[in-house]
Amino acid sequence: MNPNRRMLISLPLLLAFGKVLHAQQAGATDPALDIDANPMWRQFRDSLFAGRAITTPADDVLKLEAPPRAEDAAIVPIAVRAQAPQTEARYIRRIYLIIDNNPSPMGAVFDFTPASGRADVETRVRVDAYTHVRAIAEMNDGQLFMSTRFVKASGGCSAPPGKDPQASLATLGRMRLRVEGEPVLNRPALAQLMVSHPNHSGLAMDQLTRNYTPAHYVRLVRISYAGEPVLTAEVDFTISENPNFRFYFLPKGRGELKAEVLDSQSRRFEATLPVQPIAGPA
Amino acid sequence: MVTSSALRPQASLLTVLLGACLLLLPVTPARAAGVEPLPTREIARGIHVHQGSHHAWSAHDGEDVANIGFIVGARCVAVIDTGGSPAIGARLKAAIERVTTLPVCYVINTHMHPDHVLGNAALKTGDPGQAFIAHVRLGPSLSARAPYYLEAFHRDGGAALAPDAVVYPTQTVTERTFIDLGDRKLELRAWPTAHTDNDLTVFDQETGTLFTGDLLFMGHLPVIDGQLRGWLHVIGELKALDVKRAVPGHGTVTDDLRQAIVPEETYLSTVLREVRAAIKAGVPIARTLDQLSATGTAGWQLADEFHRRNLTAAYAELEWED
Repeated sequence: MNPNRRMLISLPLLLAFGKVLHAQQAGATDPALDIDANPMWRQFRDSLFAGRAITTPADDVLKLEAPPRAEDAAIVPIAVRAQAPQTEARYIRRIYLIIDNNPSPMGAVFDFTPASGRADVETRVRVDAYTHVRAIAEMNDGQLFMSTRFVKASGGCSAPPGKDPQASLATLGRMRLRVEGEPVLNRPALAQLMVSHPNHSGLAMDQLTRNYTPAHYVRLVRISYAGEPVLTAEVDFTISENPNFRFYFLPKGRGELKAEVLDSQSRRFEATLPVQPIAGPA
Repeated sequence: MVTSSALRPQASLLTVLLGACLLLLPVTPARAAGVEPLPTREIARGIHVHQGSHHAWSAHDGEDVANIGFIVGARCVAVIDTGGSPAIGARLKAAIERVTTLPVCYVINTHMHPDHVLGNAALKTGDPGQAFIAHVRLGPSLSARAPYYLEAFHRDGGAALAPDAVVYPTQTVTERTFIDLGDRKLELRAWPTAHTDNDLTVFDQETGTLFTGDLLFMGHLPVIDGQLRGWLHVIGELKALDVKRAVPGHGTVTDDLRQAIVPEETYLSTVLREVRAAIKAGVPIARTLDQLSATGTAGWQLADEFHRRNLTAAYAELEWED
């Protein structure tokens, strides 16, 4: 992992929660709800993409799908869909997912290769505050494209923590890796990875013991097919309890789909799946 | 790399931020004159219940959402849930004082949702003999959510409440506990994960009255914030109980628990069946929400607020089934 990048991801974390509180007190005129002026976003833009043009909207390159309201703050389905296949000549190298007003705004960075077939990823995230959500694609030639959606916070008694942390801890590291449908040779195949994990943020204090529940979350997911990387995800507790990813890979022959997961307490989990693609129509 | 040790200072900073960002209002007990007692009804000897209205909890129009009540013994009073704001808690206190001069020795919370616990502070006497009792998992679940609850309360137009508006249990229940109010025994029972991971019921032996908390919703669409399969299992156990009457978390007091719980069981079973079928058919989560957006909701209030949320939670849970 690139330590510098991880540092960039973690730096604004400190300020973010206070920011959320301010945003929601001040109402719609607050800069936190402004797509250009949000201070977290400005910080990322200036540090990660300094001086580079970001084409937006860019829904012809990538499309971010997010519900208009976070129905359950703990489980908000998000999808980023590339509008063109990955080719050696032109492909999406990286997608940054930024949720402006979350405690950790840059919750996921996905790296793709031509062997990904399609630079699509679906996952579930925690969203509590009213916020812009951004997907920024970096092409192999360095061009940047951004797709954004606005997500309203959930109402009522919904909150981001997991529903049954003891249950997910009891089966910690249990994984499911599967391919949807019959994989076809040289055609992007859809796969899904599920990991049983409480994905604790470390932001919650037990009032009786005055101790914080230690941060414990999946921080890295590495997926390869036949030895070639297809998806590498640097993530944190922005991802919901029991992290779930749907993604593509391009089977060019028989091979093994392999998922490797590292968590913040340096535990390592692995799942593999043999894949035998069938020949496609000529 | 973010390590757990690196996160600790941030976590304590959260508390500081909460303290610094909000205008701190002290939580004052409801001694003040002019507090209007909450309307309550004596549903059985010494058992008083206030019925909340069917709203999603919020400071705007939904502080008074959950059913709350109190039971008077020969020695003292047990309160069962305290309402969705300190103001509701204060009105509950005034309602108790209208009925009895006995002290509140137990404040029982049936689970961690804000519409049931945010009145706690108003019932606090400071007497070391007073206990706040809840399921053993209520503390961790509430403390993980409390900042969000307080933030939502403020966002929706309510007061900025200090973190001490949230009062945590001083005594916990792991399986069953009996408490005595003086010639009146209550059985407190902690359930496995169902509506939430910290549901607790209160049974008054003298009158055969069961406070179900939100294990029973009537009229107000049930909300899944725990485990759908666990909840259906618990419903099976509740139906087998021999009780004379039940006080639901939302809805009207009933003298036929077995009958009253049927609509909830039907709704949850429908969600279970349909979401399971969608997963089996390979329908992704977002499309499942669209396809089932009206399934099973006929006759329920607040379906717009909670049905899609329930489908989301059910999908994430059932996806792990074999």
